[in-house]
Amino acid sequence: MSALSRRDILKSLSMGAAATSALHTIPLQAAAYVHSQVAAEKARNKSGAYTPKFFPPPQYKTLQSLCETIIPADADCAGAVEAGAPEYIDLLTSENPEYQLKLGGGIMWLDSTCADRHGNAYLDCTSQQQKEILDLIAYRKNAEQDPGLSQGVAFFSFLRDLTADGFFTSEIGIQYLGYIGNTYLRDFPGCPPVPGV
Amino acid sequence: MSQVIRQSKPYDVCIIGSGAGGGTAAKVLTEGGLSVVMLEAGPVLNPEEDFEEHVWPYELPHRGADVGGRARHELNTEFMAPNGFWEIDGEPYTTAPGSSFRWFRSRIEGGRTNHWGRIALRFGPADFRAHSTDGMGDDWPITYEELAPYYDKVESYIGVFGSKENIPNAPDGVFLPPPRPRCTETLVKKACDQLNITCIPSRLAILTTPLNGRQACHYCAQCGRGCLTASNFSSSQVMIPPAKATGRFTLIANAMARELILGKNGTVEAVSYIDKTTRTEKQVRAKAFVVAASACESARLLLNSRSASFPNGLANSSEVVGRYLTDSVGTHVAGYFPQLEKMPPHNHDGVGGMHLYMPWWKFGQKNDFLRGYHIEFGGGRNMPAVGQFDGLCAQHEGYGVSLKQQCRTSYGAAIGFSGRGEMIPNENCFCEIDPTVVDKWGIPVLRFHWQWGQNELKMAAHMQETFRSIIETAGGTVLTNPSLAVEPERTHVSEVAISDGGTIIHELGTVRMGNDPKASVLNKNCQAHDVKNLFVADAAPFVTNPDKNPTLTIMALSWRTSDYLLDQAKKGEI
Repeated sequence: MSALSRRDILKSLSMGAAATSALHTIPLQAAAYVHSQVAAEKARNKSGAYTPKFFPPPQYKTLQSLCETIIPADADCAGAVEAGAPEYIDLLTSENPEYQLKLGGGIMWLDSTCADRHGNAYLDCTSQQQKEILDLIAYRKNAEQDPGLSQGVAFFSFLRDLTADGFFTSEIGIQYLGYIGNTYLRDFPGCPPVPGV
Repeated sequence: MSQVIRQSKPYDVCIIGSGAGGGTAAKVLTEGGLSVVMLEAGPVLNPEEDFEEHVWPYELPHRGADVGGRARHELNTEFMAPNGFWEIDGEPYTTAPGSSFRWFRSRIEGGRTNHWGRIALRFGPADFRAHSTDGMGDDWPITYEELAPYYDKVESYIGVFGSKENIPNAPDGVFLPPPRPRCTETLVKKACDQLNITCIPSRLAILTTPLNGRQACHYCAQCGRGCLTASNFSSSQVMIPPAKATGRFTLIANAMARELILGKNGTVEAVSYIDKTTRTEKQVRAKAFVVAASACESARLLLNSRSASFPNGLANSSEVVGRYLTDSVGTHVAGYFPQLEKMPPHNHDGVGGMHLYMPWWKFGQKNDFLRGYHIEFGGGRNMPAVGQFDGLCAQHEGYGVSLKQQCRTSYGAAIGFSGRGEMIPNENCFCEIDPTVVDKWGIPVLRFHWQWGQNELKMAAHMQETFRSIIETAGGTVLTNPSLAVEPERTHVSEVAISDGGTIIHELGTVRMGNDPKASVLNKNCQAHDVKNLFVADAAPFVTNPDKNPTLTIMALSWRTSDYLLDQAKKGEI
């Protein structure tokens, strides 16, 4: 880090907190400074667009499409792709052979199954055909009725977990949930008055 | 392995281990005027670089999941302060057939205190008189009254918040003011009041007011990541700095103790250790040795220190080193509370731990098991973390906007309950040296034997029943998929009906104290019966493992042992 250390900043933050009134958060620009340092470090390490480390380009496109379908943009905010879920999933997968089987193999299973049923890989299917296969593998009970779907169900379930991870740990997702915190308080206010709690 | 290197002038005291016990001994002994050298098997801690305080998940490429997603499945390693591991590369341990035991070990300055839950509970009078109270186990060679002044010293120095409650066998301490309860805690307390379960402010080693030059907590809930302002307690930031300030303290990092060397006069004259950075064997000489490497690691060191006088391990004429191994009884149930869905967004962080807890509320009553447990709980609108929505995804299934919305609706509406109960030592639980396996430093490793007793199984069942009744009384429903209630600073592997041995990380008792040299290794001052300049200062000396987390008692006992050692040194006995 730069000349001003993180400890110095945090020290000044807590002192500032002591000087201001209770329930008051610390000067945000100071907290923002800490975060901007991290962001700057990140930016230095990054050269433009993300280059997938594990998934080859066609598979990565399928991954992006699936992530966005699992958590889409809506009236409230953007979806999983803008939140960086595919990057997160690709990074983890590149480091974990078990994930490579589950997700790399899973996407190939999906493409083969689509080819068997519709003559096209998943991305080349019509949106109706895509919906049809996803509606089958998105629910455990379908695998109970058709054991031929069980690998697809396991794949989709794992991808759903990781997509939720990627979305809800993003700035977009955290804001969507309404998490408020990770800050500096002089005093902890406790539970606000709410009927029933 | 090359030549053995020895220093010329012996130190007054050599401490092995830098955690709660070792750190306390270092402070007390150096401030008392002795020169101290400390061996730590891991690197020095550098909070500036090592702590991830206030970092958002999206500021890290792995979002907190760590390399290959390992933090999703095991331990919240990416955000956690450097601290320890379930598995250490090249340093294995083994388990006997049929035994489930997991051993959490630290290799870092400050040891496990860098991340612990900061739960700082005094043992009660009955905990020291277990056999006298119910006929099981043994009494300690000291009483609560003898240790109480040292609890006072520790609490006054490190800072513990709490409230005076006069609860039987859960003594009050020297407390800083407790923080206000969170919504989840207010909700649970109401249910506990209806059920006549005591629910009071928790007792954590976190500063709610400035103390001894350390700043008060700023309520970011991230104690597990390490605290740059040292507003919570760790040995590395609170015990070791004053020792360094005396100018009489030397820390040797990356030094894995291998063997204590017995001198001709029957006292320990040196410790052989592996310098991990050079893979060479070295020795440090001292006039006295304080072993504080963690209960099982300390037992391992004694068992590996064989000599003609002690063929079964140093100071082990009683042959109880490694025996009487216990851990806390643990189990977990989570509940879903629809009324929390309506909570408006607000800052729920608080300190890095629970603001309320339930001490054992049935002390002295006739129960269908002996001893007792306390309840810890947490949940609510914590910082979103990887793995947090696994349970909800499994329940909702599907995809699309409805899944997204359901995640938002359920966010913060789950609360998890964990029990921590007393295990009674039994002869099936112990550690010994594995006859065939060494680690990569050539040091023979431990083999664990483990079997819960009937009392523990009954206690775990009672915990489950209690958690269910609290959840239902509070208007919630029991979750069958506990991952919905993942805690933000999760440290334990998921628990089933009863935890695996070792997984609560309260393992202790393996070098126990007692008045009878045939049935104990240490006397009432934690000094070896057999070797007068050898002391043990972690949780290995404990005679019982009450439901109260051991760290505060490790420090109080280490402080008392160190005072005794100082006194002996002044008298020229050591």
